[in-house]
Amino acid sequence: MIKPVKTKLAGWGNYPVEEGFLFRPDNGRDVLEILQSGLQNNYIAFGMGRSYGDTPLNKQGGVLLTTQLNRILSFDETTGVLECEAGVTFEDIINVFLPRGYFLPVTPGTKYVTLGGAIANDVHGKNHHLDGCVSSFILDFKLMLASGEIIDCSREHNVDIFWATIGGIGLTGIILSARIQLEKVESAYYDVLYEKAPNIERALELFAESDDKYKFSVAWIDCLARGSSLGKSVLMRGNYAPAASLRSGIEPLKLKNGPKLAIPFDFPSFALNNLSIKSFNTLYYGVNKNVRKTVYFDSFFYPLDSIYKWNRMYGKKGFVQYQAVFPPEGKEGLIQMLERLSSSNRSSFLAVLKTSGEQNPGLLSFPKKGYTLALDIPIKDESLFTFLHELDELVIRYGGRVYLAKDSELLPEHFAEMYPRLKEFRAIKDRIDPNHIFSSSMARRLGIVEE
Amino acid sequence: MNIVVLGATSGIAQAIATKLAQEGHHLILAGRRMDELESMSSDLRIRNQVEVYPAHFDALAMDTHEAFVSSCLERFPTLDGVVLTYGYMGDQKESETDMDIVKRTIDTNYTSCVSILHRFATYFEQQKGGFICALSSVAGDRGRQSNYTYGSSKGALSLYLQGLRNRLSSAGVTVLTVKPGFVDTKMTYGQEGMFLVAKPEKVANDIYKAIRSRKSVLYTPFFWRWIMLIIRLIPESIFKKMKL
Repeated sequence: MIKPVKTKLAGWGNYPVEEGFLFRPDNGRDVLEILQSGLQNNYIAFGMGRSYGDTPLNKQGGVLLTTQLNRILSFDETTGVLECEAGVTFEDIINVFLPRGYFLPVTPGTKYVTLGGAIANDVHGKNHHLDGCVSSFILDFKLMLASGEIIDCSREHNVDIFWATIGGIGLTGIILSARIQLEKVESAYYDVLYEKAPNIERALELFAESDDKYKFSVAWIDCLARGSSLGKSVLMRGNYAPAASLRSGIEPLKLKNGPKLAIPFDFPSFALNNLSIKSFNTLYYGVNKNVRKTVYFDSFFYPLDSIYKWNRMYGKKGFVQYQAVFPPEGKEGLIQMLERLSSSNRSSFLAVLKTSGEQNPGLLSFPKKGYTLALDIPIKDESLFTFLHELDELVIRYGGRVYLAKDSELLPEHFAEMYPRLKEFRAIKDRIDPNHIFSSSMARRLGIVEE
Repeated sequence: MNIVVLGATSGIAQAIATKLAQEGHHLILAGRRMDELESMSSDLRIRNQVEVYPAHFDALAMDTHEAFVSSCLERFPTLDGVVLTYGYMGDQKESETDMDIVKRTIDTNYTSCVSILHRFATYFEQQKGGFICALSSVAGDRGRQSNYTYGSSKGALSLYLQGLRNRLSSAGVTVLTVKPGFVDTKMTYGQEGMFLVAKPEKVANDIYKAIRSRKSVLYTPFFWRWIMLIIRLIPESIFKKMKL
């Protein structure tokens, strides 16, 4: 008989912290046994815990840790199609396949995510403007439904469930395994151009002028800059570095195992701010004009992963990460959001800005064409939530939405306005999971599943 | 090396198989759940670029053991070692009234091990080389009221391995008896009364090192040697009155 451990759980933002019953299945058979045990009323999958808020939490309910479902099932060296269980992490995929000339087609800013979590949050990365979300490269997956039945979902089979599960924050079932198309690469390095923009207008201009020339594109914004310097930023845009372009002596596909610095306890919250001010200034003032560099994938995609538990730098009360997307015509909303944040003195020093490409058919998938802005906000007191709800209203007014993978504060009425396909999602959910065996704290907070 | 892992789907066995594959050894993963063994085999093969094959093995079907050993030798021309990891622990209280549980415990943990290991032993003895590694238990070091059905079967296994080691030593074959404490697997997860629980990766590393250094008996983690020494040293006149 499989037993759970009663334990406190939190997402990456350390807010909220909730008690749940954590099960740890070793395989699909265990998942089935847990779902049919009747031990809990409902369940939600929990992978590496990198979503920030209550996406994978289930207060006083069942939580299924998926990290032991981590087998690589097949790999085709010629096509680059990889099939693996949902608990395999992006770090695993890189370690095993980069030396063989394949890399992730899309990656978020951390490699410590599971494939299942990536699908359930339909993660995006620095190439969203050209390639879309991770779902663009997901060929199919096996989903265990509330009934215990395992179904294949793809663009041909169970199409509606496929697009409900993409970005569906775990509410359609447990993803057991998936097939993903990896990308062939010659090297583990990127040619990156660093450009300064004195303000937000210029940054957006640069994006509009030349983003199509760069497969990867992102900007760091100094949130303390105001007035005519509002949105002062460094753009980092680049492409894969061909093996032939590398300095002699560099083995193009060899992994470097750098030391990993860990944050062993909760820091006072000014620590991270000072660190990010330092790294931004190094970039901004360290170079007099635009500069080109060859950068190893780890520092290009995952600058914070080298500090193992960096979230503890925000202290005990935790933080929220706020990420919103605005359509191109909602640019004014983006600027107002930056203004409010820099004048409120609430946000962390750094914000991340990037252009996003077309929306996909994922019913609750976040990205849509325009600009997305993300930043950390430490939680000092409850007044923050009033402020964030006002920001949500601003986002709605300009036709934008916030990202569920980062969220812990959205109100159900705001959520429904931001995600107009919610009704379709609910209809599919009610059909395949009429008793709401899959539920989460987030699903109840947002009114996707009733209390 | 070419190594057979018996009972390969358990938590400890998976960790041992992972370690062996990472070190570049070729494996036969044997057990009853073929679907699990197949996904484990693919995983280890793809990650480590070694040969890994799933194979059906039922410990209690002792009349199939001869054929199983032959099939392993069809898979690999020579074998270098066997790691026996399976075991069965029923409820102690139930075993005091239900002889079926007792029989299953003894057959799984002792009789079947003798049946399969003596065949491998003969092979390694003729080959004049190889190793046998079997997971016994600290529970086999002294009979306690909370766990003596299981404990006595593991105690018998430990004695069998001791004799086998003595017999095979002149042929250059090593026999390693592993006595793990609590390990963080499905067997212990969520159970009450667990303490000093070790990660399976740590236990697997210890076992691999012990195989390489041709050790005879391994307590893992190491402190169980001292815990069990103290438990064994308590005089029986006092021990029989204790609640252990």
